[in-house]
Amino acid sequence: MRTVRQISLDVQSGESSALSVVEESLAQIRARNDELNVFLYVDEEGARTAANAIDERIARGEKVGMLAGVPFALKDNLCQTGIPTTCSSKILEGWRPPYNATVVDRLVEAGAIPVGKTNLDEFAMGSSTENSAFGPTRNPLDTSRVPGGSSGGSAAAVAADMTPLALGSDTGGSIRQPAALCGLVGVKPSYGLVSRYGLIAFASSLDQIGPLTKTVTDAAMALEAIAGHDLMDSTSLPEPAPSLVAHVEDGVAGKRIGVVRELIDGADAEVVASVDRAVEALKEAGATVVELSVPEFRLGLSAYYLIAPAEASSNLARFDGVRYGLRVDGDDVTAMMEATRTAGFGEEVKRRIMLGTYALSAGYYDAYYGQALKVRTLTINAFRRAYEEADLLLGATTPSVAFEFGSKTADPMAMYLSDVFTIPSNLSGEPAISVPFGAGEAGLPIGVQLLGPGRSEGQLFAGARVLEIADGRP
Amino acid sequence: MPILRREDVAHVAKLARLTMSESELDMFTKQLSQVLEHANDMNALDLEGVIATAHPFGLINVVREDELRPCLDHDAVMAMAPDAEDGRFAVPRILGEAP
Repeated sequence: MRTVRQISLDVQSGESSALSVVEESLAQIRARNDELNVFLYVDEEGARTAANAIDERIARGEKVGMLAGVPFALKDNLCQTGIPTTCSSKILEGWRPPYNATVVDRLVEAGAIPVGKTNLDEFAMGSSTENSAFGPTRNPLDTSRVPGGSSGGSAAAVAADMTPLALGSDTGGSIRQPAALCGLVGVKPSYGLVSRYGLIAFASSLDQIGPLTKTVTDAAMALEAIAGHDLMDSTSLPEPAPSLVAHVEDGVAGKRIGVVRELIDGADAEVVASVDRAVEALKEAGATVVELSVPEFRLGLSAYYLIAPAEASSNLARFDGVRYGLRVDGDDVTAMMEATRTAGFGEEVKRRIMLGTYALSAGYYDAYYGQALKVRTLTINAFRRAYEEADLLLGATTPSVAFEFGSKTADPMAMYLSDVFTIPSNLSGEPAISVPFGAGEAGLPIGVQLLGPGRSEGQLFAGARVLEIADGRP
Repeated sequence: MPILRREDVAHVAKLARLTMSESELDMFTKQLSQVLEHANDMNALDLEGVIATAHPFGLINVVREDELRPCLDHDAVMAMAPDAEDGRFAVPRILGEAP
């Protein structure tokens, strides 16, 4: 499939019709979805109608947006009016949202075309998409392996050439980790840059929506389209969308890059080797490189696995069989709620609700949740110190390439540890990008991660673009 | 740090409105203990005077003009309810029989 940029050029110039692009996307979904289990719902008719509308506007000589005719996939925790939205949970089966997420409105306004909803770990809780109530998604690059998670369906959609763009959500690495495991660019924007309205909340102070694409330029185009203040999300930053595409080719000359030991230690040798080669590529492009140690990042994992479940236990209290989704009957209202939640939630979701409820319960709040919020402050302060010595930070995205099905499911703590490099950025609310750089075992892709201070997305894209070129994708 | 006991897990399940089988109680007691044990490394820290962070960029008390704006369509919202009556959500009995 062509890139986002190429499709938008071809559609705007009349080289391709939006309808032909959509048909190409739908054909690929039909060809591979049974095998890969990427899409939970495909809106063929809606996609064709939207494509025809774009083609008619172009025929009339009207101006269309910068994403005209670009088919995109939505992680199934993002709402689209009238389209089933499940969070890959039985508890929401059959629910059709009465409203669009702000990101859907913005992409559609830019001319992009929603084609369907992708599989995820239930309520975005997981790192492999094995926790879905509708079965796991397979990695298109090696179907015996996971695509990562929780935005595993969105990553697989792009990697399998079903759509050139997918949106995911990232609470502890859920965009960047599957991007790394599927050989894609994945961006976790600054907290508040993108409105969360219409994203079904997992951990509200950590969640952020972002793009998964094949190229850095495509990711910048998509993020520029969805960013900017939204009245419907009171946590959104009160400023318009920054210009991002304009900075993609800025380069890194004169920039200071900090290589962080804690974002590499514990990674497989082939992953470390990729980071080392990324360092050389950035130096060759004119950056200076300093080595840093930020011990607070290690504590981040502990803080995260209390904060995220605590917020989740509160957010998921709304799924009680009263207003939407599943209801299992009971003699009184409490029995109905217990029966509904017990039948509707999967094991990992229950585990996090339990952990969060415990961490927030009387007598333990200070020892766990209160302590974790303070450690969060320490992480933020540690980032601030690191940014006195470096403009951007570099590390691995994941400790290993895509792993095999079932290899971590028996031990939740092992699965949680696979998020160790991505979590610090969620705690600090700062942006980070994963970009493919080199390959490991069996030719599987490796992702390296660039991290920057709040609102530094432009610089991150510029750095990622340097790596993309050095990795042979000019 | 307190040690997580099986009866704590049962109590938390009740608070969270989840029914647990005996084997689930055993499994969760073991797994949640592991996570909490990992969290113990935070306890060695001196966090005296450190302020807790909720919003990373410190946005607080966000207000807007008090103007009427469109909201979700009532019928569209109610159409998704598992059970509704006269435009309201219907639930099983909340109070007991009248004496």
